[in-house]
Amino acid sequence: MSDVPADLRYTKSHEWVRNNGDGTVTVGITDHAQEALGDIVFVEIPETGREVEAEEACAVVESVKAASDIYAPLAGEVIESNDLLNDSPDAINNSPYDEGWIFRLAPNDMAALSGLLDAAAYRQVVEDEV
Amino acid sequence: MALRTPLFSEHERLGARMVPFGGWDMPLHYGSQIEEHHAVRRGAGMFDVSHMRPVDIEGPEALAFLRYLLANDANKLTTPGKALYSCMLNPQGGVVDDLILFFRGAGRYRAVVNAATADKDLAWMQLQGEGRRVRISRRDDLAMIAVQGPDARARAAPLLRDGLREAALRIAPFFAAEDQRWFVGRTGYTGEDGFEIILPSEDSMGLWRGLAAAEVRPCGLGARDTLRLEAGMNLYGQDMDEAIGPLESGLSWTVAWTPEEREFVGREALKAQRDHPERRDFVGLLLTGRGILRPGQAVLANGRVVGEVTSGGFSPTLERSIAFARIAPIPSAHCTVVIRGREVSARVVNPPFVRHGTIRVTL
Repeated sequence: MSDVPADLRYTKSHEWVRNNGDGTVTVGITDHAQEALGDIVFVEIPETGREVEAEEACAVVESVKAASDIYAPLAGEVIESNDLLNDSPDAINNSPYDEGWIFRLAPNDMAALSGLLDAAAYRQVVEDEV
Repeated sequence: MALRTPLFSEHERLGARMVPFGGWDMPLHYGSQIEEHHAVRRGAGMFDVSHMRPVDIEGPEALAFLRYLLANDANKLTTPGKALYSCMLNPQGGVVDDLILFFRGAGRYRAVVNAATADKDLAWMQLQGEGRRVRISRRDDLAMIAVQGPDARARAAPLLRDGLREAALRIAPFFAAEDQRWFVGRTGYTGEDGFEIILPSEDSMGLWRGLAAAEVRPCGLGARDTLRLEAGMNLYGQDMDEAIGPLESGLSWTVAWTPEEREFVGREALKAQRDHPERRDFVGLLLTGRGILRPGQAVLANGRVVGEVTSGGFSPTLERSIAFARIAPIPSAHCTVVIRGREVSARVVNPPFVRHGTIRVTL
């Protein structure tokens, strides 16, 4: 079973969301997602300042196999993207929850975070897939 | 229910990610496709290619039959063991399949055809062979392991029996050596030196484990695809198919036009295509902008669509994206490719991109 940290929130489309406690969240893809994708070779990160809707495609992760959209888990403004991924896209494979983060978001409504999946619910999503 | 090779349980034991391919359950990778790719370029890797089908073609009219069946000329095979790459065409000049043909001795040949097309190929061969004194035998009893990389032959040789070992180490590239049980071709689909070993299914586990003990790394279809792309080798069904013939898929060199009196299936149609003014080129592309080239993406020159990508992906050796594309002839090497709605710069280059571990294009 892949790693599903208890302190994060999740989406059905395999993003994780970390509450930074300062009115921002950090977003990446889960260990399960990176494993399913295989070696990641290219990441298109969103531009800082971009306004996104919840479930809007705002980044692209390309593995050796295929390209996958990454969706904004909440509506808000992109305030930072992980430039490291331009040169080291494999950071997502090696460290999906830390160095492999994709972007930081200032959500319009922080309360909406509690509407996302918790670790137990996400674990169930993964189990139902197989 | 997908077919399984005799090594299926071994792939599962090694934790391979299995995927359906050509009717078979095959390993995609055993953890990291990119590391498997590098293992083949730098040392030695092995592939279970038992889904590919050996077909023995024998009889007094075997040569005459093959000269009619194939676009390349089996008459070029005069030394036993010699191999020939060829397309098998339909009357419209499209490709039924591509294959390697080995000459084993007077009236004795062995072809190796693709997995997904094996049934169709056999039916086609039987049909073309009707009324000829030729026996076409599909060898479902055989497995096949490809050992590839600069160290591949040295690591594999100790696992061959006396006699075969010496012969296998002596043969030139694109030749085969065999004994009563095993058939060893110095061939491959990676652009590296190595062997493709055809052997009875019951022998395959022993060879696989022996190679693993000699530190030959198991590699899946994922690495096989990026290796063949870098090596400038076509994939049937993607780069050519029943509608797209050899002249528009970079395989003109495999069509033997001489002697002119040799009739072969598809010859007339190909001749018409050869002289057609709108014949498309088959080229390599090196992506100079950011992104990954994928099959089906449109190629543009001077704002006009000139063709599309047929095979594409990330090249682990170049650390760039590369592709094959079928395009109308364009005046300069510069073009763009539409990736997810955006035009990204690319350059037309001559494959192969990589051979024998060395980059062959200017980055």
